[in-house]
Amino acid sequence: MSGDHEETQTAEEMQVDGKGVQDKMINPEKSEEAKLKARYPNLGNKPGGSDLLRKRLQKGQKYFDSGDYNMAKAKIKNKQLPTAAAPEKTEITGDHIPTPQDLPQRKPSLVASKLAG
Amino acid sequence: MAGVAGGNDFQWCFSQVKGAIDEDVAEADIISTVEFNYSGELLATGDKGGRVVIFQHEQESKNRPHLRGEYNVYSTFQSHEPEFDYLKSLEIEEKINKIRWLPQQNAAHFLLSTNDKTIKLWKISERDKRAEGYNLKDEDGRLRDPFRITSLRVPVLMPMDLMVEASPRRIFANAHTYHINSISVNSDHETYLSADDLRINLWHLEITDRSFNIVDIKPANMEELTEVITAAECHPLQCNVFVYSSSKGTIRLCDTRAAALCDRQAKFFEEPEDPSSRSFFSEIISSISDVKFSHSGRYMMTRDYLSVKVWDLNMENRPVETYQVHEYLRSKLCSLYENDCIFDKFECCWNGSDSAIMTGSYNNFFRMFDRNTRRDITLEASRESSKPRATLKPRKVSTGGKRKKDEISVDSLDFNKKILHTAWHPKDNVIAVAATNNLYIFQDKIN
Repeated sequence: MSGDHEETQTAEEMQVDGKGVQDKMINPEKSEEAKLKARYPNLGNKPGGSDLLRKRLQKGQKYFDSGDYNMAKAKIKNKQLPTAAAPEKTEITGDHIPTPQDLPQRKPSLVASKLAG
Repeated sequence: MAGVAGGNDFQWCFSQVKGAIDEDVAEADIISTVEFNYSGELLATGDKGGRVVIFQHEQESKNRPHLRGEYNVYSTFQSHEPEFDYLKSLEIEEKINKIRWLPQQNAAHFLLSTNDKTIKLWKISERDKRAEGYNLKDEDGRLRDPFRITSLRVPVLMPMDLMVEASPRRIFANAHTYHINSISVNSDHETYLSADDLRINLWHLEITDRSFNIVDIKPANMEELTEVITAAECHPLQCNVFVYSSSKGTIRLCDTRAAALCDRQAKFFEEPEDPSSRSFFSEIISSISDVKFSHSGRYMMTRDYLSVKVWDLNMENRPVETYQVHEYLRSKLCSLYENDCIFDKFECCWNGSDSAIMTGSYNNFFRMFDRNTRRDITLEASRESSKPRATLKPRKVSTGGKRKKDEISVDSLDFNKKILHTAWHPKDNVIAVAATNNLYIFQDKIN
Protein backbone atom coordinates (compact mmCIF):
# COMPACT_ATOMS: atom_id res chain seq x y z
CA MET A 1 0.00 0.00 0.00
CA SER A 2 2.51 2.50 1.17
CA GLY A 3 4.67 1.37 -1.69
CA ASP A 4 1.92 2.23 -4.14
CA HIS A 5 1.40 5.62 -2.55
CA GLU A 6 5.07 6.40 -2.82
CA GLU A 7 5.10 5.38 -6.42
CA THR A 8 2.22 7.72 -7.29
CA GLN A 9 3.85 10.58 -5.51
CA THR A 10 7.11 9.95 -7.25
CA ALA A 11 5.33 9.82 -10.59
CA GLU A 12 3.71 13.20 -9.91
CA GLU A 13 7.01 14.70 -8.84
CA MET A 14 8.58 13.36 -11.96
CA GLN A 15 5.86 14.94 -14.05
CA VAL A 16 6.44 18.33 -12.47
CA ASP A 17 10.16 17.97 -12.81
CA GLY A 18 9.77 16.85 -16.39
CA LYS A 19 7.83 19.99 -17.25
CA GLY A 20 10.50 22.13 -15.56
CA VAL A 21 13.24 20.45 -17.53
CA GLN A 22 11.22 20.82 -20.71
CA ASP A 23 10.76 24.55 -20.12
CA LYS A 24 14.46 24.96 -19.55
CA MET A 25 15.19 23.13 -22.76
CA ILE A 26 12.68 25.15 -24.78
CA ASN A 27 13.85 28.48 -23.43
CA PRO A 28 17.20 28.51 -21.67
CA GLU A 29 17.17 32.29 -21.99
CA LYS A 30 14.08 32.59 -19.83
CA SER A 31 15.57 30.43 -17.09
CA GLU A 32 18.76 32.47 -17.22
CA GLU A 33 16.65 35.60 -16.92
CA ALA A 34 14.91 34.18 -13.87
CA LYS A 35 18.29 33.44 -12.33
CA LEU A 36 19.42 37.02 -12.93
CA LYS A 37 16.23 38.54 -11.56
CA ALA A 38 16.62 36.41 -8.45
CA ARG A 39 20.06 37.84 -7.82
CA TYR A 40 19.26 41.43 -8.75
CA PRO A 41 15.58 42.09 -8.06
CA ASN A 42 15.82 45.78 -9.01
CA LEU A 43 17.16 45.13 -12.47
CA GLY A 44 15.30 46.75 -15.32
CA ASN A 45 12.88 48.61 -13.06
CA LYS A 46 14.02 52.08 -14.03
CA PRO A 47 12.12 53.69 -16.88
CA GLY A 48 13.84 54.71 -20.08
CA GLY A 49 15.42 51.29 -20.41
CA SER A 50 18.54 52.86 -21.66
CA ASP A 51 20.80 52.61 -18.63
CA LEU A 52 23.13 50.41 -20.61
CA LEU A 53 23.18 52.81 -23.54
CA ARG A 54 23.81 55.83 -21.37
CA LYS A 55 26.62 54.00 -19.59
CA ARG A 56 28.12 53.22 -22.99
CA LEU A 57 27.93 56.84 -24.11
CA GLN A 58 29.55 58.08 -20.93
CA LYS A 59 32.60 55.86 -21.13
CA GLY A 60 35.73 57.74 -20.23
CA GLN A 61 34.06 60.29 -17.97
CA LYS A 62 36.36 61.47 -15.25
CA TYR A 63 35.67 64.09 -12.65
CA PHE A 64 37.80 67.17 -12.83
CA ASP A 65 36.41 70.59 -12.10
CA SER A 66 38.61 73.45 -13.17
CA GLY A 67 36.86 75.80 -10.76
CA ASP A 68 37.55 73.55 -7.78
CA TYR A 69 41.10 73.06 -9.00
CA ASN A 70 41.84 76.77 -9.24
CA MET A 71 40.24 77.50 -5.87
CA ALA A 72 42.31 74.76 -4.28
CA LYS A 73 45.44 76.20 -5.85
CA ALA A 74 44.57 79.63 -4.45
CA LYS A 75 43.96 78.15 -1.01
CA ILE A 76 47.36 76.53 -0.94
CA LYS A 77 49.04 79.78 -1.97
CA ASN A 78 47.52 81.60 1.00
CA LYS A 79 48.40 78.93 3.56
CA GLN A 80 51.96 78.50 4.65
CA LEU A 81 53.70 75.53 3.14
CA PRO A 82 54.28 72.86 5.85
CA THR A 83 57.88 72.24 6.89
CA ALA A 84 59.56 68.95 6.29
CA ALA A 85 59.43 68.09 9.98
CA ALA A 86 55.67 68.54 10.20
CA PRO A 87 53.77 65.31 10.62
CA GLU A 88 51.69 63.94 7.78
CA LYS A 89 48.34 65.64 7.77
CA THR A 90 45.43 63.31 7.69
CA GLU A 91 43.27 64.10 4.72
CA ILE A 92 39.95 65.65 5.51
CA THR A 93 37.34 64.10 3.31
CA GLY A 94 35.97 66.67 0.93
CA ASP A 95 39.00 68.92 1.13
CA HIS A 96 41.02 66.94 -1.32
CA ILE A 97 40.41 68.43 -4.70
CA PRO A 98 41.44 66.27 -7.64
CA THR A 99 44.07 67.87 -9.77
CA PRO A 100 45.12 66.95 -13.29
CA GLN A 101 48.17 65.32 -11.72
CA ASP A 102 46.00 63.10 -9.54
CA LEU A 103 43.99 61.68 -12.38
CA PRO A 104 45.43 58.35 -13.43
CA GLN A 105 47.69 59.61 -16.12
CA ARG A 106 48.40 57.04 -18.72
CA LYS A 107 51.55 57.95 -20.47
CA PRO A 108 51.87 57.05 -24.10
CA SER A 109 53.61 53.77 -24.67
CA LEU A 110 57.27 54.55 -24.85
CA VAL A 111 58.05 50.90 -25.35
CA ALA A 112 57.68 49.50 -28.83
CA SER A 113 55.00 46.90 -29.42
CA LYS A 114 56.09 43.34 -28.60
CA LEU A 115 54.61 42.25 -31.93
CA ALA A 116 57.53 44.03 -33.57
CA GLY A 117 60.08 42.32 -31.34
CA MET B 1 39.28 28.69 -53.73
CA ALA B 2 38.27 26.31 -51.01
CA GLY B 3 37.09 27.85 -47.80
CA VAL B 4 36.87 25.58 -44.87
CA ALA B 5 38.68 22.56 -43.55
CA GLY B 6 37.00 19.22 -43.46
CA GLY B 7 37.48 16.48 -45.98
CA ASN B 8 40.76 15.41 -47.47
CA ASP B 9 41.37 18.29 -49.74
CA PHE B 10 41.80 21.20 -47.37
CA GLN B 11 43.40 21.75 -43.99
CA TRP B 12 44.59 24.74 -42.01
CA CYS B 13 48.04 24.72 -40.49
CA PHE B 14 50.07 26.95 -38.27
CA SER B 15 52.40 29.44 -39.93
CA GLN B 16 53.57 32.07 -37.46
CA VAL B 17 52.81 33.66 -34.11
CA LYS B 18 53.82 37.20 -33.14
CA GLY B 19 54.00 38.68 -29.68
CA ALA B 20 55.32 37.79 -26.24
CA ILE B 21 54.62 34.60 -24.34
CA ASP B 22 54.34 36.34 -20.95
CA GLU B 23 51.68 35.18 -18.60
CA ASP B 24 51.11 38.75 -17.48
CA VAL B 25 49.72 40.61 -20.41
CA ALA B 26 50.13 44.39 -20.29
CA GLU B 27 46.91 46.15 -21.23
CA ALA B 28 48.72 48.18 -23.88
CA ASP B 29 49.72 45.00 -25.74
CA ILE B 30 46.18 43.81 -26.31
CA ILE B 31 45.53 43.79 -30.05
CA SER B 32 42.45 45.80 -30.94
CA THR B 33 42.30 45.56 -34.73
CA VAL B 34 43.76 43.47 -37.58
CA GLU B 35 43.53 44.29 -41.28
CA PHE B 36 45.11 43.06 -44.52
CA ASN B 37 45.61 45.62 -47.27
CA TYR B 38 43.99 45.22 -50.71
CA SER B 39 46.72 43.00 -52.13
CA GLY B 40 47.34 41.06 -48.93
CA GLU B 41 50.98 42.03 -49.05
CA LEU B 42 50.67 44.04 -45.85
CA LEU B 43 49.01 43.13 -42.56
CA ALA B 44 48.40 45.86 -40.00
CA THR B 45 47.60 45.52 -36.31
CA GLY B 46 46.60 48.17 -33.81
CA ASP B 47 46.70 47.79 -30.04
CA LYS B 48 45.36 49.34 -26.87
CA GLY B 49 48.59 51.26 -26.41
CA GLY B 50 47.88 53.24 -29.58
CA ARG B 51 50.61 51.53 -31.60
CA VAL B 52 50.41 50.19 -35.12
CA VAL B 53 52.59 47.34 -36.35
CA ILE B 54 52.67 46.51 -40.07
CA PHE B 55 53.91 43.17 -41.35
CA GLN B 56 54.96 42.54 -44.92
CA HIS B 57 54.68 39.31 -46.81
CA GLU B 58 57.98 38.04 -48.08
CA GLN B 59 58.09 35.79 -51.05
CA GLU B 60 58.46 32.10 -50.45
CA SER B 61 62.03 30.93 -50.70
CA LYS B 62 63.12 28.48 -53.33
CA ASN B 63 64.32 26.12 -50.61
CA ARG B 64 60.89 25.57 -49.15
CA PRO B 65 58.39 25.79 -51.98
CA HIS B 66 55.59 24.07 -50.08
CA LEU B 67 55.36 26.94 -47.63
CA ARG B 68 53.89 30.27 -48.48
CA GLY B 69 56.06 33.21 -47.59
CA GLU B 70 56.14 34.67 -44.11
CA TYR B 71 55.01 37.96 -42.69
CA ASN B 72 57.77 40.00 -41.10
CA VAL B 73 57.77 43.38 -39.42
CA TYR B 74 57.78 46.18 -41.97
CA SER B 75 57.03 49.25 -39.90
CA THR B 76 55.83 50.19 -36.44
CA PHE B 77 54.79 53.55 -35.05
CA GLN B 78 52.83 55.26 -32.32
CA SER B 79 49.57 56.29 -33.95
CA HIS B 80 47.57 57.77 -31.10
CA GLU B 81 48.36 58.93 -27.59
CA PRO B 82 46.16 59.16 -24.50
CA GLU B 83 44.48 62.52 -24.08
CA PHE B 84 42.38 64.26 -21.52
CA ASP B 85 39.62 66.59 -22.62
CA TYR B 86 39.49 69.10 -19.77
CA LEU B 87 36.42 70.79 -21.13
CA LYS B 88 34.30 67.66 -20.94
CA SER B 89 36.22 65.86 -18.19
CA LEU B 90 36.66 63.02 -20.59
CA GLU B 91 39.55 60.63 -20.77
CA ILE B 92 40.33 59.70 -24.37
CA GLU B 93 41.92 56.30 -24.78
CA GLU B 94 44.71 55.78 -27.25
CA LYS B 95 43.37 52.38 -28.19
CA ILE B 96 43.22 51.91 -31.97
CA ASN B 97 39.62 50.96 -32.72
CA LYS B 98 40.00 50.39 -36.45
CA ILE B 99 42.58 50.45 -39.22
CA ARG B 100 41.49 50.68 -42.83
CA TRP B 101 43.89 50.65 -45.78
CA LEU B 102 43.52 52.86 -48.80
CA PRO B 103 43.96 51.24 -52.21
CA GLN B 104 47.52 51.67 -53.36
CA GLN B 105 47.99 54.41 -55.92
CA ASN B 106 51.76 54.92 -55.91
CA ALA B 107 54.84 53.51 -54.25
CA ALA B 108 53.70 54.59 -50.79
CA HIS B 109 51.03 52.88 -48.70
CA PHE B 110 48.29 54.79 -46.91
CA LEU B 111 46.10 53.74 -44.03
CA LEU B 112 43.52 55.32 -41.77
CA SER B 113 43.71 54.60 -38.06
CA THR B 114 41.27 55.81 -35.45
CA ASN B 115 40.81 55.90 -31.70
CA ASP B 116 37.60 57.05 -29.97
CA LYS B 117 37.84 60.63 -31.20
CA THR B 118 40.45 61.25 -33.90
CA ILE B 119 41.15 59.67 -37.28
CA LYS B 120 44.60 59.89 -38.81
CA LEU B 121 45.83 59.24 -42.31
CA TRP B 122 49.30 57.70 -42.28
CA LYS B 123 51.71 57.47 -45.18
CA ILE B 124 54.11 54.57 -45.08
CA SER B 125 56.94 55.00 -47.54
CA GLU B 126 60.23 53.34 -48.27
CA ARG B 127 63.51 55.05 -48.53
CA ASP B 128 66.36 53.08 -50.02
CA LYS B 129 68.46 55.87 -51.52
CA ARG B 130 70.22 58.78 -50.00
CA ALA B 131 71.63 61.87 -51.66
CA GLU B 132 75.32 62.40 -51.02
CA GLY B 133 77.71 65.11 -52.04
CA TYR B 134 75.75 68.28 -51.47
CA ASN B 135 77.14 71.48 -52.80
CA LEU B 136 76.28 73.75 -49.90
CA LYS B 137 76.29 71.28 -47.01
CA ASP B 138 79.00 69.20 -45.38
CA GLU B 139 78.64 65.45 -45.04
CA ASP B 140 77.39 65.97 -41.48
CA GLY B 141 74.88 68.61 -42.53
CA ARG B 142 76.65 71.78 -41.52
CA LEU B 143 76.44 74.58 -43.99
CA ARG B 144 79.62 75.29 -45.84
CA ASP B 145 80.97 78.81 -46.02
CA PRO B 146 79.78 79.98 -49.46
CA PHE B 147 82.98 81.95 -50.08
CA ARG B 148 85.05 78.79 -49.77
CA ILE B 149 83.11 76.95 -52.44
CA THR B 150 85.08 77.03 -55.63
CA SER B 151 83.52 74.29 -57.69
CA LEU B 152 80.06 72.95 -58.35
CA ARG B 153 79.11 69.57 -56.97
CA VAL B 154 75.88 67.82 -57.82
CA PRO B 155 74.51 65.34 -55.26
CA VAL B 156 74.50 61.69 -56.27
CA LEU B 157 71.89 59.18 -55.13
CA MET B 158 73.54 56.32 -53.28
CA PRO B 159 71.82 53.15 -52.11
CA MET B 160 71.24 52.76 -48.39
CA ASP B 161 69.65 50.22 -46.08
CA LEU B 162 65.92 50.15 -46.51
CA MET B 163 64.16 52.50 -44.16
CA VAL B 164 60.41 52.47 -43.80
CA GLU B 165 58.95 55.72 -42.58
CA ALA B 166 55.47 56.38 -41.30
CA SER B 167 54.27 59.95 -41.24
CA PRO B 168 50.86 61.39 -40.36
CA ARG B 169 49.56 63.18 -43.43
CA ARG B 170 46.10 64.21 -42.23
CA ILE B 171 44.49 64.49 -38.84
CA PHE B 172 40.70 64.43 -38.81
CA ALA B 173 39.74 65.67 -35.38
CA ASN B 174 36.91 67.22 -33.40
CA ALA B 175 34.07 65.77 -35.43
CA HIS B 176 32.75 63.18 -32.98
CA THR B 177 31.08 63.85 -29.67
CA TYR B 178 30.64 60.14 -29.03
CA HIS B 179 33.02 57.22 -29.44
CA ILE B 180 34.05 56.27 -32.96
CA ASN B 181 33.34 52.60 -33.65
CA SER B 182 33.89 52.38 -37.42
CA ILE B 183 35.68 53.91 -40.36
CA SER B 184 35.22 52.81 -43.95
CA VAL B 185 36.91 53.92 -47.15
CA ASN B 186 34.54 54.59 -50.02
CA SER B 187 34.90 52.94 -53.42
CA ASP B 188 35.54 56.35 -54.96
CA HIS B 189 38.87 56.37 -53.07
CA GLU B 190 38.30 60.02 -52.27
CA THR B 191 35.94 59.91 -49.33
CA TYR B 192 35.43 57.83 -46.23
CA LEU B 193 32.90 57.60 -43.44
CA SER B 194 33.37 57.56 -39.69
CA ALA B 195 30.65 56.43 -37.29
CA ASP B 196 30.19 56.97 -33.57
CA ASP B 197 27.35 55.84 -31.29
CA LEU B 198 24.88 58.37 -32.63
CA ARG B 199 26.27 59.97 -35.78
CA ILE B 200 27.97 59.18 -39.05
CA ASN B 201 30.20 61.67 -40.87
CA LEU B 202 31.46 61.68 -44.44
CA TRP B 203 34.94 63.04 -45.03
CA HIS B 204 37.08 63.88 -48.01
CA LEU B 205 40.56 62.46 -47.58
CA GLU B 206 42.13 65.79 -48.52
CA ILE B 207 40.03 67.97 -46.23
CA THR B 208 40.45 67.89 -42.48
CA ASP B 209 38.65 70.99 -41.33
CA ARG B 210 35.14 69.92 -42.20
CA SER B 211 33.02 66.85 -42.75
CA PHE B 212 29.42 66.17 -43.69
CA ASN B 213 27.12 64.70 -41.10
CA ILE B 214 25.04 62.12 -42.98
CA VAL B 215 23.31 60.23 -40.18
CA ASP B 216 22.17 61.62 -36.83
CA ILE B 217 20.08 59.42 -34.57
CA LYS B 218 20.46 61.50 -31.44
CA PRO B 219 16.99 62.10 -30.00
CA ALA B 220 16.00 65.60 -28.91
CA ASN B 221 15.54 64.23 -25.41
CA MET B 222 18.29 61.81 -24.37
CA GLU B 223 15.82 60.04 -22.11
CA GLU B 224 14.23 58.72 -25.27
CA LEU B 225 17.41 57.04 -26.44
CA THR B 226 16.65 53.45 -27.40
CA GLU B 227 19.40 52.41 -29.75
CA VAL B 228 22.92 53.32 -30.82
CA ILE B 229 24.95 52.81 -33.98
CA THR B 230 27.31 49.88 -33.57
CA ALA B 231 29.05 49.60 -36.95
CA ALA B 232 29.02 51.13 -40.42
CA GLU B 233 30.51 50.29 -43.79
CA CYS B 234 30.60 51.69 -47.32
CA HIS B 235 29.43 49.46 -50.17
CA PRO B 236 32.47 48.02 -51.94
CA LEU B 237 31.30 48.99 -55.43
CA GLN B 238 28.55 51.61 -55.20
CA CYS B 239 30.00 54.79 -53.78
CA ASN B 240 26.58 56.18 -52.87
CA VAL B 241 25.55 53.26 -50.65
CA PHE B 242 26.50 52.51 -47.05
CA VAL B 243 25.00 50.53 -44.18
CA TYR B 244 24.95 50.93 -40.44
CA SER B 245 23.92 48.47 -37.75
CA SER B 246 22.32 49.13 -34.39
CA SER B 247 22.28 47.81 -30.85
CA LYS B 248 18.76 46.51 -31.50
CA GLY B 249 19.89 44.08 -34.19
CA THR B 250 18.73 46.08 -37.20
CA ILE B 251 20.64 47.26 -40.27
CA ARG B 252 19.84 50.32 -42.32
CA LEU B 253 21.07 50.79 -45.87
CA CYS B 254 21.30 54.38 -47.01
CA ASP B 255 21.73 56.11 -50.32
CA THR B 256 23.58 59.41 -50.26
CA ARG B 257 21.95 60.41 -53.53
CA ALA B 258 18.55 60.51 -51.90
CA ALA B 259 19.17 63.26 -49.36
CA ALA B 260 21.95 65.17 -47.65
CA LEU B 261 20.95 63.74 -44.29
CA CYS B 262 20.35 60.03 -44.56
CA ASP B 263 18.18 59.67 -41.49
CA ARG B 264 15.53 57.93 -43.50
CA GLN B 265 16.88 54.65 -44.69
CA ALA B 266 16.47 53.26 -48.17
CA LYS B 267 16.30 49.71 -46.79
CA PHE B 268 15.69 48.36 -43.32
CA PHE B 269 16.88 44.87 -42.47
CA GLU B 270 15.41 43.14 -39.45
CA GLU B 271 14.68 39.53 -38.68
CA PRO B 272 11.26 39.09 -37.12
CA GLU B 273 11.41 37.92 -33.53
CA ASP B 274 9.07 35.54 -31.79
CA PRO B 275 7.61 37.73 -29.03
CA SER B 276 6.96 34.75 -26.78
CA SER B 277 10.64 33.92 -26.60
CA ARG B 278 11.67 37.42 -25.66
CA SER B 279 13.72 37.77 -22.47
CA PHE B 280 15.77 40.36 -20.65
CA PHE B 281 18.74 39.27 -22.72
CA SER B 282 17.09 39.35 -26.14
CA GLU B 283 17.99 42.89 -27.05
CA ILE B 284 21.51 42.65 -25.65
CA ILE B 285 22.40 39.52 -27.59
CA SER B 286 20.79 40.82 -30.75
CA SER B 287 23.05 43.88 -30.75
CA ILE B 288 25.17 43.75 -33.92
CA SER B 289 28.87 44.04 -33.22
CA ASP B 290 30.10 44.01 -36.82
CA VAL B 291 28.74 44.40 -40.34
CA LYS B 292 30.71 43.53 -43.49
CA PHE B 293 29.76 43.60 -47.14
CA SER B 294 30.78 40.63 -49.25
CA HIS B 295 33.44 41.37 -51.86
CA SER B 296 30.81 40.99 -54.55
CA GLY B 297 28.66 43.66 -52.93
CA ARG B 298 25.60 41.47 -53.18
CA TYR B 299 25.50 40.28 -49.59
CA MET B 300 26.33 41.59 -46.17
CA MET B 301 27.16 39.72 -42.98
CA THR B 302 26.28 40.74 -39.43
CA ARG B 303 27.63 39.37 -36.15
CA ASP B 304 25.55 39.39 -33.02
CA TYR B 305 26.48 37.74 -29.75
CA LEU B 306 25.59 34.16 -30.61
CA SER B 307 25.40 34.02 -34.40
CA VAL B 308 26.53 35.28 -37.78
CA LYS B 309 23.90 36.12 -40.38
CA VAL B 310 24.26 36.59 -44.11
CA TRP B 311 21.77 38.96 -45.72
CA ASP B 312 20.90 39.36 -49.38
CA LEU B 313 20.69 43.10 -49.99
CA ASN B 314 17.53 42.50 -51.97
CA MET B 315 15.70 40.87 -49.07
CA GLU B 316 15.03 42.92 -45.98
CA ASN B 317 12.76 40.75 -43.94
CA ARG B 318 15.16 38.02 -42.95
CA PRO B 319 18.73 36.82 -43.46
CA VAL B 320 19.39 34.19 -46.12
CA GLU B 321 21.81 32.27 -43.92
CA THR B 322 22.28 32.02 -40.16
CA TYR B 323 25.25 30.32 -38.53
CA GLN B 324 25.42 29.52 -34.81
CA VAL B 325 28.78 30.45 -33.38
CA HIS B 326 28.42 29.21 -29.82
CA GLU B 327 24.78 28.42 -29.14
CA TYR B 328 25.79 26.57 -25.95
CA LEU B 329 26.29 29.98 -24.33
CA ARG B 330 22.56 30.65 -24.39
CA SER B 331 22.18 28.76 -21.11
CA LYS B 332 25.02 30.76 -19.56
CA LEU B 333 23.71 34.24 -20.26
CA CYS B 334 23.20 35.08 -16.59
CA SER B 335 26.87 34.67 -15.69
CA LEU B 336 27.98 36.18 -18.99
CA TYR B 337 25.95 39.26 -18.10
CA GLU B 338 27.50 39.41 -14.65
CA ASN B 339 31.06 39.24 -15.97
CA ASP B 340 30.28 41.65 -18.83
CA CYS B 341 31.23 39.10 -21.48
CA ILE B 342 27.78 39.48 -23.00
CA PHE B 343 28.92 42.90 -24.21
CA ASP B 344 32.00 41.58 -26.05
CA LYS B 345 32.14 42.82 -29.62
CA PHE B 346 33.15 40.08 -32.01
CA GLU B 347 34.08 40.87 -35.60
CA CYS B 348 33.57 38.70 -38.65
CA CYS B 349 35.11 38.45 -42.10
CA TRP B 350 34.65 36.97 -45.57
CA ASN B 351 37.24 35.06 -47.54
CA GLY B 352 38.27 36.48 -50.89
CA SER B 353 35.71 34.58 -52.94
CA ASP B 354 32.87 35.07 -50.42
CA SER B 355 32.50 31.30 -50.13
CA ALA B 356 33.46 31.17 -46.45
CA ILE B 357 33.14 33.33 -43.35
CA MET B 358 35.09 33.42 -40.11
CA THR B 359 34.48 34.78 -36.64
CA GLY B 360 35.93 34.38 -33.15
CA SER B 361 34.71 32.89 -29.90
CA TYR B 362 36.03 32.21 -26.39
CA ASN B 363 38.84 29.95 -25.18
CA ASN B 364 40.86 31.23 -28.16
CA PHE B 365 38.52 29.32 -30.43
CA PHE B 366 37.51 30.67 -33.82
CA ARG B 367 34.91 29.36 -36.19
CA MET B 368 34.73 29.07 -39.97
CA PHE B 369 31.65 28.35 -42.04
CA ASP B 370 31.66 27.20 -45.65
CA ARG B 371 28.60 28.69 -47.33
CA ASN B 372 28.52 26.12 -50.11
CA THR B 373 29.02 22.85 -48.26
CA ARG B 374 27.45 24.14 -45.05
CA ARG B 375 30.35 22.60 -43.16
CA ASP B 376 31.72 24.41 -40.15
CA ILE B 377 34.84 23.99 -38.10
CA THR B 378 36.16 25.20 -34.76
CA LEU B 379 39.89 25.80 -34.46
CA GLU B 380 42.06 27.06 -31.63
CA ALA B 381 44.83 29.64 -31.59
CA SER B 382 47.20 28.32 -28.96
CA ARG B 383 50.89 27.97 -28.35
CA GLU B 384 50.47 24.21 -27.97
CA SER B 385 49.53 23.79 -31.62
CA SER B 386 52.18 26.23 -32.81
CA LYS B 387 54.71 23.93 -34.37
CA PRO B 388 55.76 24.95 -37.88
CA ARG B 389 53.32 23.66 -40.48
CA ALA B 390 51.41 21.72 -37.80
CA THR B 391 47.89 20.97 -38.95
CA LEU B 392 45.23 22.45 -36.71
CA LYS B 393 43.00 19.90 -35.10
CA PRO B 394 39.28 20.68 -35.06
CA ARG B 395 37.96 21.43 -31.58
CA LYS B 396 34.59 20.61 -30.13
CA VAL B 397 32.64 21.90 -27.17
CA SER B 398 30.50 19.28 -25.51
CA THR B 399 27.02 20.48 -24.76
CA GLY B 400 25.35 17.37 -23.43
CA GLY B 401 26.06 15.48 -20.28
CA LYS B 402 28.55 13.07 -21.77
CA ARG B 403 31.86 14.60 -22.69
CA LYS B 404 33.85 12.72 -25.28
CA LYS B 405 37.59 12.57 -25.14
CA ASP B 406 39.23 15.68 -26.68
CA GLU B 407 36.06 17.68 -26.17
CA ILE B 408 35.92 20.58 -23.77
CA SER B 409 32.93 21.29 -21.57
CA VAL B 410 31.24 24.68 -21.58
CA ASP B 411 32.17 25.30 -17.96
CA SER B 412 35.86 24.80 -18.71
CA LEU B 413 35.98 27.49 -21.37
CA ASP B 414 38.26 30.41 -20.59
CA PHE B 415 36.20 33.53 -21.15
CA ASN B 416 39.24 35.76 -20.81
CA LYS B 417 40.69 34.28 -23.97
CA LYS B 418 38.50 35.96 -26.53
CA ILE B 419 39.12 36.17 -30.24
CA LEU B 420 37.43 39.39 -31.23
CA HIS B 421 39.51 40.30 -34.30
CA THR B 422 40.26 38.12 -37.30
CA ALA B 423 41.21 38.88 -40.90
CA TRP B 424 41.25 36.83 -44.09
CA HIS B 425 43.73 37.49 -46.90
CA PRO B 426 41.90 39.03 -49.86
CA LYS B 427 43.12 36.39 -52.30
CA ASP B 428 44.81 33.45 -50.59
CA ASN B 429 43.90 31.07 -47.82
CA VAL B 430 45.89 32.90 -45.19
CA ILE B 431 44.23 34.15 -42.02
CA ALA B 432 45.34 36.37 -39.17
CA VAL B 433 43.82 35.76 -35.74
CA ALA B 434 44.37 38.08 -32.78
CA ALA B 435 44.39 36.24 -29.45
CA THR B 436 44.70 38.95 -26.81
CA ASN B 437 48.34 40.04 -27.21
CA ASN B 438 49.40 37.47 -29.78
CA LEU B 439 48.86 37.47 -33.52
CA TYR B 440 48.56 34.04 -35.14
CA ILE B 441 48.91 33.49 -38.86
CA PHE B 442 47.52 30.30 -40.33
CA GLN B 443 47.54 29.11 -43.93
CA ASP B 444 46.28 26.19 -45.92
CA LYS B 445 48.45 23.21 -46.52
CA ILE B 446 49.46 23.12 -50.16
CA ASN B 447 49.11 19.56 -51.22
